[in-house]
Amino acid sequence: MERTDVRCYKSDKIMKKWIPLILVVVMAGWALSGLRQPPETGFHARDFGKLPVLMNGRFQPFDSVARNSLLQIRTKQTVPVEENGKTRTLTAMDWLLEVMMNPEVADDRKVFRIDNNEVTELLKLPDNQKYYSFNQLRPQMDEIEKQVSRIVSIESSKRTVFESQLMKLDEIMNLYQRLEISLKPPGSDDFAAELDAYQKSIPSGIAAVNAREAGQKFDQDAFNTLLGFMGNYNTVASFALPLTIPPTDPSLPRDDWQNIGTNLMQTARSGELNPAVKFYAEMVTAYRSDQPADFNQAVAGYRFWLVGRFTPQLRKADREFFFSTLEPFYKATVIYVLALVLALFSWFGGGGATDKAPTFNVSDLLRRSAFYLIMLAWIIHTFGLVFRMYLEGRPPVTNLYSSAIFIGWGAVILGMVLEKIYRDGIGCVVAGSAGFVTLIIAHNLALSGDTMEMMRAVLDTNFWLATHVVAVTLGYASTFVAGFLAIIYILRGVFTTTLTAETAKSLARMVYGIVCFATLFSFVGTVLGGIWADQSWGRFWGWDPKENGALLIVLWNATILHARWGGLVRERGLMNLAIIGNIVTSFSWFGVNMLGIGLHSYGFMDAAFKWLMLFIGSQAAIILLGLLPQKLWRSFQPRTTA
Amino acid sequence: MLKSLYQFFSSLKLTVACLVLGCVIVFWGTIAQVHLGLYKAQNEFFRSLFVYWTPSGSGFHVPIFPGGYFIGTVLLINLFVAHFRYYQPGKRKIGIMLIHLGVVLLLLGQMLTDYLSRESALHLRIGQTKNYSEAERAFELAVFDTTDKDSDKVVAIPCSLLVRRGEVNDPEIPFTVRVKTFYPNSLLVQQSQPGFEPVKTTAGFGSGIWWREEPRETEMNRMDMPSATVEIVAPKASLGTFLVSAWLDRPQSFTCSGRSFELLLRQERYYLPFSLHLIEFRHDKYPGTDIPKNFSSRVRLQNLENREDREVRIFMNNPLRYAGETFYQASFDPDDHGTVLQVVHNPSWLTPYLSCVLVATGLIIQFLSHLIPFLKRRLQ
Repeated sequence: MERTDVRCYKSDKIMKKWIPLILVVVMAGWALSGLRQPPETGFHARDFGKLPVLMNGRFQPFDSVARNSLLQIRTKQTVPVEENGKTRTLTAMDWLLEVMMNPEVADDRKVFRIDNNEVTELLKLPDNQKYYSFNQLRPQMDEIEKQVSRIVSIESSKRTVFESQLMKLDEIMNLYQRLEISLKPPGSDDFAAELDAYQKSIPSGIAAVNAREAGQKFDQDAFNTLLGFMGNYNTVASFALPLTIPPTDPSLPRDDWQNIGTNLMQTARSGELNPAVKFYAEMVTAYRSDQPADFNQAVAGYRFWLVGRFTPQLRKADREFFFSTLEPFYKATVIYVLALVLALFSWFGGGGATDKAPTFNVSDLLRRSAFYLIMLAWIIHTFGLVFRMYLEGRPPVTNLYSSAIFIGWGAVILGMVLEKIYRDGIGCVVAGSAGFVTLIIAHNLALSGDTMEMMRAVLDTNFWLATHVVAVTLGYASTFVAGFLAIIYILRGVFTTTLTAETAKSLARMVYGIVCFATLFSFVGTVLGGIWADQSWGRFWGWDPKENGALLIVLWNATILHARWGGLVRERGLMNLAIIGNIVTSFSWFGVNMLGIGLHSYGFMDAAFKWLMLFIGSQAAIILLGLLPQKLWRSFQPRTTA
Repeated sequence: MLKSLYQFFSSLKLTVACLVLGCVIVFWGTIAQVHLGLYKAQNEFFRSLFVYWTPSGSGFHVPIFPGGYFIGTVLLINLFVAHFRYYQPGKRKIGIMLIHLGVVLLLLGQMLTDYLSRESALHLRIGQTKNYSEAERAFELAVFDTTDKDSDKVVAIPCSLLVRRGEVNDPEIPFTVRVKTFYPNSLLVQQSQPGFEPVKTTAGFGSGIWWREEPRETEMNRMDMPSATVEIVAPKASLGTFLVSAWLDRPQSFTCSGRSFELLLRQERYYLPFSLHLIEFRHDKYPGTDIPKNFSSRVRLQNLENREDREVRIFMNNPLRYAGETFYQASFDPDDHGTVLQVVHNPSWLTPYLSCVLVATGLIIQFLSHLIPFLKRRLQ
């Protein structure tokens, strides 16, 4: 009898040790699976995707251009395609190749997302679809242009939903059309052959132009041929988006790249084609005539040409490509969710963490597994964060997108610390949900375009980005954590019997501690922001909405602390005040951006406004629950003894 | 009575009440900016003792909520009295002391800044030299004595005097300026339009101009354009009524007692004891985009008093601090051939820096003095 007990205990110990470990190893393996890609068959889109271009003021791989553009146009990173009754998925790069090299096919892909019924009605589009093709939109371009010319003069904050959605559509159609001519002039079929003809026409054409200018007899045909080419290339020069062609002159600055049109216009003067143009033309021709081997050879050839000449740019593109394929934030999100679920179950698994009886303890096993998974997710999260900093050469927070990632990162650390101290699953729930929610928010913020855009002149200072922005963001993160702990207190107290007096007390202590922490960071961050403002335009405090938002957090945290010290609130009151902290923080993180004044305005805000209101409503509802008389709570009821 | 007052002013409840009111006013003032504009909301909510409500169509102003100054002052009194009441010597309270000292310094520093600081702008084209900056919102009526071509004697009458619509005398000028009409913000047109009245003048540019009073500007990036009619009254006779306006950029001349004068309503000027000369302005963009990468002005600073003469580069986040003034890169001309420097005179600019250090130190001490014992207990 005694012996089996010991054996049970031993096997329990083994399970306790190994199950979390196995879970972590499995999830880590999945997270790293992006590293090993199956070899490409057909057109090597991935190799093409690694080629560097200059766009939005920075070097990036074609792959990033594809992902960011498709996110803006379709809000997804892939395009499902129906072919012969089967559904095939195009990656962003597959899609962009088609757009740039075979627009006739791309124009039929349903990629333009339109959510607004008034817009679909205006454009006479079928309203049973979410995505429309360029060919469906083409007949309505005049109508769109007519509307846009009116809407442009309206301040963006004063536009109706219909107006801003139509502007958004116009913007993405514009982006799409500019991408279409980024590697191939409009109307050109065999681009490589066309380039040959162009190059041959230059000497006689230039002679004709010169003769004409000198008032002498000139060759009209040669003149017309050259001008025909130039007219077409001029359009490309004005509208092609990414700068794809590197300078061949080693004395030029390394970022003096041109788009293909500008470069071809210049060729008329120099008479020499840039090798990059030739490689790209070969790719276009091979792609259009369905010759994967030729295409792949041209990609490899161009890459080989770049090595030595543009090694840093090539490396930068490779790194960013690696980062995008690994998708660390997506992987971390999934693992956070898994951990959150395990941690939540641990509360109902029977037996508390303090239960040291040698019986098998499911609750503790779940809690431990959750904790290890959160550590794993956090490591991946950290890797993503640090890799982004490395790619950008910037401190962690540079825009709203990266603030979401950083707030989540900081909140997860706080959650892990709480878990390490209290070992009751609460820290895991906090960390899991904070990581998951903030990364989802970040994902949605990424829909408005490149998340690594260059910093405008005022913001171009790593010192202030590293101090002020980081401190304020940590202030946000910790205020949210305090509010979230308070939510756990109220929901567990009202709806379950799991909130024991002891748990309640430790939650109160956690909230108090985190509010102190939040006060420190939000105060220091806010004042540093003022000092930055003093450094950059001589005004420490200007009552700008973003400043006021940060000030509100400081004031509110100070209110909570003083109310607690003065005995004005006790445990429950503290919780309700902390939840108001959530509302205050969400207001200053997002709300102030929606006021439509100040420097900060973002395109996607219509949808975000709805979510913000929902969030504030939910917090208010939880506060109301918290105000319910204690006898209506399921926890804290006097136990009836049998 | 005194005792209960003492207790009231030192109570933590008052602190909490002030903080909550502070939150409300900050939130309200932020939302109000959507309609009022930043400048007006700032004055009505934050730089005021009370927030007033004006029932529509009436002239009353009913105070309905304490304003920023009121709350700030009560909070300051509360802090002082509470420290006096609860003060205990020793190490235990040092964190709290530092935090509150820092907050007091911050609040006082900001109130001082509101009263003492002065902002103006210095617009320079490439190759231009100036020894003055111009107010962004305040105007003055400048009377130039142009009798002697070599000297430029100026009497400047600030708009705050014109608003009173009375008479202005100055020993330097042999006449009285009588303000007949003054519009703090106005619009001028050159032909009759509904809503506009003809300007009643007897001399200068005014004939054939119609004008209208405009509501005061509330947007931060736009300014009032005042206009006025002024009569120049010499000891013996009136020399005529002139239109002066921010819209007119050329001076109007007249003679009086054998001396010649010019009149011009211009942005108020603040003279500097040194001069700045713009050598070069740069506006760099990131390749292939319109995103500004850098704005910078290379200027030559010349101070005749101490014969200082050197080149300085002023760019974003890197102002020039000199002789109590700070010059910031603020804006530029559309053709990139001129720069606008913001000139700030703020004697209390250092207070936030000090306050930040004090509060941060205090908070860290306070935080660690709780956290370390707690962790020790917990981990034992």
